[in-house]
Amino acid sequence: MFDLVVVGAGPAGSMAAKTSAEKGLNVLLVEKRQEIGTPVRCAEGISKESLRRFVEIDKKWIASEVIGAKIYAPDGTEVVMAEEIAGNEVGFVLERKIFDRHLARLAAKAGAEVFVKTTALGFERTHNGLKVKLRRLGEEWEVETKLLIGADGVESKIGRMAGIIKTLKMSEIESCAQYLMTGLDIDENYTYFYLGNELAPGGYAWIFPKGDRSANVGIGVLPSIAKMPAKCYLDRFIEKLGIKGKIVEFVAGAVPVYGEIETAVTDNIMLCGDAAYHSDPITGGGIANALSAGYHAGLVASEAVAKNDFSVRFLRRYDELWKADFGGKLRRNKKLQEFFLKLDDPTLNSLARSIAGKKIEEMSVQAIVVELLRSNPSLIELFKDLLS
Amino acid sequence: MVRRAIVDRRKCAYCGACIAVCNLNANELIETFLEINEKCNGCGLCVKTCPMGALSLAEV
Repeated sequence: MFDLVVVGAGPAGSMAAKTSAEKGLNVLLVEKRQEIGTPVRCAEGISKESLRRFVEIDKKWIASEVIGAKIYAPDGTEVVMAEEIAGNEVGFVLERKIFDRHLARLAAKAGAEVFVKTTALGFERTHNGLKVKLRRLGEEWEVETKLLIGADGVESKIGRMAGIIKTLKMSEIESCAQYLMTGLDIDENYTYFYLGNELAPGGYAWIFPKGDRSANVGIGVLPSIAKMPAKCYLDRFIEKLGIKGKIVEFVAGAVPVYGEIETAVTDNIMLCGDAAYHSDPITGGGIANALSAGYHAGLVASEAVAKNDFSVRFLRRYDELWKADFGGKLRRNKKLQEFFLKLDDPTLNSLARSIAGKKIEEMSVQAIVVELLRSNPSLIELFKDLLS
Repeated sequence: MVRRAIVDRRKCAYCGACIAVCNLNANELIETFLEINEKCNGCGLCVKTCPMGALSLAEV
């Protein structure tokens, strides 16, 4: 009998498996794909600080480092966010194929069992835990466990089977397409964000440098208001900007932009990362929160085993931890996302013009909002309940 | 004849976006192979969500 079965070997799942195995738990990490980390479904950007909190940095999976971000309004107005001190990189663009494998290896090294090409089909409750049904190479069998962590991504089946989460609505998910392009002529010190209702309805386009003249060039759109598939918007964006480069990889994916769920637990079960809609509703960034959630779920799993208490009441400790860490930010950024969705392109342009050229020395959504308020006092009334 | 979502395998990038929005648990991604089962009622939510335009509705 396992103490814990973790479904999904992305950053959330591997971090949960690693943390709990280090605490001495008997852990099984299950990944449905035959290769961990592929296909990538991510723009791969993360702030340096949020990565450092949970992982020791290894250059092997850092594709590039950036010192700031440049945001473009629909009319091309540029807003630059950058650290004052040059050379102080604030962001990383990862090589997820290597990063995810590294994390899974850390989990294995800590003592977790790892099964790849293995799908979790479902679970059944028993008198003292759960029976998880697995399938590998057509063979089906069951394992018994005290706890189950669903880190199975945006398409989480565990969360829905357990009745923890509801299916995402068309206005709660970003549909994304991305190319890895090479031979680009860009300043690789920055990440780039492009806004506009025509360009990327309900989302944005991005360019994240990956070193050696290559970059992730992608777009996310909100299906509730998009008029065509994300890939068509991406092709149009590349043409409009005149981006010259060769496409060497295709990436597709979806990102929850839900905000904070009320709870990520039920008896014997916890959800982490995209499976718990932990991705940021404004930026779509998910790695930082996934690592934090996985870490905290792993800790609570070890506490639960020590206390032999797997009740929803005990597991709410995990809710408290992830909510204290980033729940408030999810709530606030969901409100901001709803606010920004209402802005038409001329308003976006004038807001961008009001802060263009201002010194924004921190690379965060908050820094932008603070600068917008400083330059547009009339917005304070609108933002009041957003920031309360 | 029933209206169901169908997948163009030449376009599918097996990202799982369609699974995230299906209310009926009518689809599953087996590695890189998307399966749509008989629970599909042709609501079309997955068609609107697919980033690749790989899904469509058809009478089957």
